Amino acid sequence: MSILARLKPCFWGHADTEEERYKHLFNFRRIWKLTVLLTTVVALSPVISLAVFDYNVTHDAMESEIVLRTSRLVSNAKRTVSFFLTERKAALDFIVHHHSPEELNDPATLAHLLEALQKAFAGFTDLGLINALGRQQTYVGPFDLVDKDYCRQEWFQEVQDRGVYISDVSLGYRQLPHVVIAVKHELEDGSFYVLRATVDTKRFNDLLSGLEVDGGGDAFIVNHQGMIQTPTRWHGKVLEKMLLPVPDYSPETRVLQCQDVGGEPLVVGYAYIAETPFILMIVKHQNLLMKPWHKTRKALFAFLVVSVTAVLVVILGVATYLVNMIHDADEKRVVTLHHMEYSERMASIGRLAAGVAHEINNPLAIISEKAGLIHDIFNLKQEYAGDQKLIGLVESVQSSVERCGAVTKRLLSFARHMDVEIQPVRFKELIEEVLGFLGKEAEYRGIQVDVEVRDDIPTIKSDRGKLQQIFLNLVNNAFAAMADGGHLEIKVYRRSVDSVSVKVRDDGCGIREVDLKRIFEPFFSTKKQRGGTGLGLSITYGLVRELGGDIRVASAVGKGTSFTVTLPIEAKQTKRSDR
Amino acid sequence: MRVLLVDDEMELVSALAERLSLRGIEADWACTCHDALTRVESKTFDIAVLDVKMPRISGLELKKRLQAKCPLMKFIFVTGHGSEDHFQEALREAGTAYYLVKPLHIQTLIDKMNEALKE
Repeated sequence: MSILARLKPCFWGHADTEEERYKHLFNFRRIWKLTVLLTTVVALSPVISLAVFDYNVTHDAMESEIVLRTSRLVSNAKRTVSFFLTERKAALDFIVHHHSPEELNDPATLAHLLEALQKAFAGFTDLGLINALGRQQTYVGPFDLVDKDYCRQEWFQEVQDRGVYISDVSLGYRQLPHVVIAVKHELEDGSFYVLRATVDTKRFNDLLSGLEVDGGGDAFIVNHQGMIQTPTRWHGKVLEKMLLPVPDYSPETRVLQCQDVGGEPLVVGYAYIAETPFILMIVKHQNLLMKPWHKTRKALFAFLVVSVTAVLVVILGVATYLVNMIHDADEKRVVTLHHMEYSERMASIGRLAAGVAHEINNPLAIISEKAGLIHDIFNLKQEYAGDQKLIGLVESVQSSVERCGAVTKRLLSFARHMDVEIQPVRFKELIEEVLGFLGKEAEYRGIQVDVEVRDDIPTIKSDRGKLQQIFLNLVNNAFAAMADGGHLEIKVYRRSVDSVSVKVRDDGCGIREVDLKRIFEPFFSTKKQRGGTGLGLSITYGLVRELGGDIRVASAVGKGTSFTVTLPIEAKQTKRSDR
Repeated sequence: MRVLLVDDEMELVSALAERLSLRGIEADWACTCHDALTRVESKTFDIAVLDVKMPRISGLELKKRLQAKCPLMKFIFVTGHGSEDHFQEALREAGTAYYLVKPLHIQTLIDKMNEALKE
């Protein structure tokens, strides 16, 4: 038997199999399905919608939190970088304004100033003074750059135009990444000179690498052309083109979401640093940032699965249990209905029998008396004595009347026992009574009936009417199972001190092994086509149980069946509702 | 022994009375209660055989009336209906199991009557 078949509740196939007359009130399968469906919808829809809602809200909150954090970090970093450059520019500005060109032209003074700058602001590597023609007049630093001509260089043009210049990171003559800051100072006579300093980008790099960027993030600087200015972990080499597109210009800090070349989602925060060619970029990996969220999501999902499963199990269990109860109650109702109808029928048969018996009894008594009188006259008066033929005729009338009398007495006793409860019962009489009803059938069909009542059988206290019904049913069933000329054996023997057994054995067709387990079930019948209701044996069983007894069956197909009813010598009357 | 038979079936009582007479028992019969009560006035009976179930007045009721008139009279009940209730009631009224079910066996009736008279 498969697990599904084992789990299937007993009401599942019921509605379809019942016969018309004792139909169940409900379609249990439909009730079950409806209950399960409705309860499931009502119980699960709030849980699921709440889970979906919570999922979306938490997801959105997480994302906006990431954007906000990135934006704050970018703003702070921008301020730091911007301050770094402005600070150095201001220092140079101060020197240019505070010293005369003559002083600055003096290499000793310039060296002194470089030393002071290096002490106050880290990162300065050299310092040079360039005249209006673009020639470096004085230079202090690690290289020999005196007299170097810058007049054709782009930065020199720009510093002339704008007064200040901050370069991209470049390798320059020195093959070291550096940033150049140049400040122009105009003299009263219209000529000018430029103070030019080189700042080591190491300081710059330290600044950015010192930032704590979560989500596997990267903080670096690119110029407006997208050339990488400071080292980055993922997005290219220094002084090469960045792998990401250059973000659009915006005066404020911005955060946007995009994908890298591998298609991985990124969160990119950037800010254009004013008055410099730099863009500060902070790039984070969205998947890493969302990791805590994924954990939460997993927990949420697990919780949902567990609660949905629990709810479903409870719903299925409760629905099955309740529908089963209804089914059992309905089955009981149908059986009770049938039982009532059966009792009712038996009672009306009893009443009819009593009425008929009574109506017949009176004329019968007259016939009896008249025949008795005739018999008396023949016997007692001399003039008729000796007419043997007439006496014989009268005697046969009298014996027929006696037979009729026996029938009416039996009918009356049957009717009387319909409503009588516990009373002394003799088995011999009881069996004779039962056979009295069926004796004619046995005679016509040539069925031999052997009754054996042992001598030690006591009079038992029980319900005569019920016992009659029990044995009538058993004998009737035996007759139905037997072919003409069969053999029925009824044996009454003492089972124990306080119980008596009656065995009714026939040599009929027998009962199949599979049916044997079910024969006492209500509505189980192998004779449905022949009008069996399947209740005879279930009622018999109920009656035996009511009398505190027990019924057993043994059968072999083709050999016959034997029913053994064991009854207590003193029946305990159980409640009628137990049926 | 003088016997009064009361039953609403005239054919029955008349035949029964004749049968008893043939056996040397003096038997009178009545078909109604009224008839029975008038008969007792003119003649004394040792025993009365009453049908339990009769129209208008039942055998049990008749017994009470007869007993009022003849306190020494014995009674036997006869019924066509073997109902337990009647049996119990008749038993109480007759004092002992003088209760017979129709159709009667003449010898049983005579035996019962003798038994009743012996008491």
